[in-house]
Amino acid sequence: MKSLQVAELCVDRGERRVLDRVSFTVAAGRACAVTGPNGVGKSTLLRAIAGLTGIESGTVTFLNWDSERAGAIHFVGHLDAVKPQFSVAENAAFWCRWLGDGSAGESVVEAALDTVGLLHLAEMPAQFLSQGQRRRLALARLRMAPRPLWLLDEPTAGLDTASRATFAAMMANHLAGGGLVLAATHEPLGIDGADELRLAPS
Amino acid sequence: MSLGALFVRDVRLAWSAGGGGPVGVIFYLAVSAVAPFALGPDLPLLARLGPALLWIAVLLALLLGLERLFQSDQEDGTLDQLRLGGAPLELVVIVKAAAHWTAAALPLIVATPLAAILLNLDGATLALTLVTFLLGTPALALIGSIGAAVAVSLRRAGVLIAILVLPLSIPVLIFAVAAIEAAGAGRAVLPPLALLGALALVSAVVAPIAAAAALREID
Repeated sequence: MKSLQVAELCVDRGERRVLDRVSFTVAAGRACAVTGPNGVGKSTLLRAIAGLTGIESGTVTFLNWDSERAGAIHFVGHLDAVKPQFSVAENAAFWCRWLGDGSAGESVVEAALDTVGLLHLAEMPAQFLSQGQRRRLALARLRMAPRPLWLLDEPTAGLDTASRATFAAMMANHLAGGGLVLAATHEPLGIDGADELRLAPS
Repeated sequence: MSLGALFVRDVRLAWSAGGGGPVGVIFYLAVSAVAPFALGPDLPLLARLGPALLWIAVLLALLLGLERLFQSDQEDGTLDQLRLGGAPLELVVIVKAAAHWTAAALPLIVATPLAAILLNLDGATLALTLVTFLLGTPALALIGSIGAAVAVSLRRAGVLIAILVLPLSIPVLIFAVAAIEAAGAGRAVLPPLALLGALALVSAVVAPIAAAAALREID
């Protein structure tokens, strides 16, 4: 069974130790909410697991995964990676081709946009999207390529109630298929039985 | 991962609203149009200085778009996603440098015959200048990607990138102009051209490794 194991992870940012010997395990089909006050290192933890930030010591182990780390992770950070010059559909199509194996067709893009409720705006330039709509476009990436681990940094920031419910359903669907979710959040994830990893200031 | 999609996206971004593509071409043509006014209507003098002037204009025009090469992707979170695409970062750098060349350098090469008329270049000199552009500009784009990657997280890094990149670009300029001068003096053209090609090949190996190493340091 797939699992993500983090052991004794230490990460420094600008001479300051942000994460000090953090250890936890997320098993397949489980969601884990990372909570704690601002600046405690929630985002840093997610970036370190994604391999975007260097770690000082400790290990991040992906047990029983058949793909390499970069191909196994969806990362949704604070920034939406949306190009304002392109239309919603063009943004989505690029990420579908980049994150997937290249075999996904237009129907995958349309299905993903439909899930987040942006299909009717597909031809609109992304510069006219509201903040919540840009967020939904970023979340649509999760549906474009099947990847087992979702690393989400405050995924529901700026979303309305209906979109939150849709997103909770997306996560539940992902977990039911044996996926893993690790989300930094200040709000309830909307998933029954989610674990909680509480980071305390060091 | 689909490197072709990345290439097409970058070229389109450079030539869409707010991109740097048209600015470089306008700068290049402006420099070559102003030169005859500054140097005076001395046709032989213009013809002798012309290729060197064009090379200086190309070198500076290519610097214009460098600042945004990685920075625009870093600012909006795209770079994080590019790093998670499954393709090695070195390949991402090569593709982005190739897109930069296509969007910035290729239009300059296409515009060169027009600039050559303004500088009174004859057909043979123009042809040789175009050959040196084709060999030399890929090296400039690749060397530029190192500077752009090193300065990616700095604001207003344009001047810093120029300071980093210009010394590394000097050999390209020297051998390109040497080839054109050799032709004018009746000497062998091939040795400087071969060295120019060698510079392009060396930078194709070194630049992706160096730029990718710099990009990995961002956090």
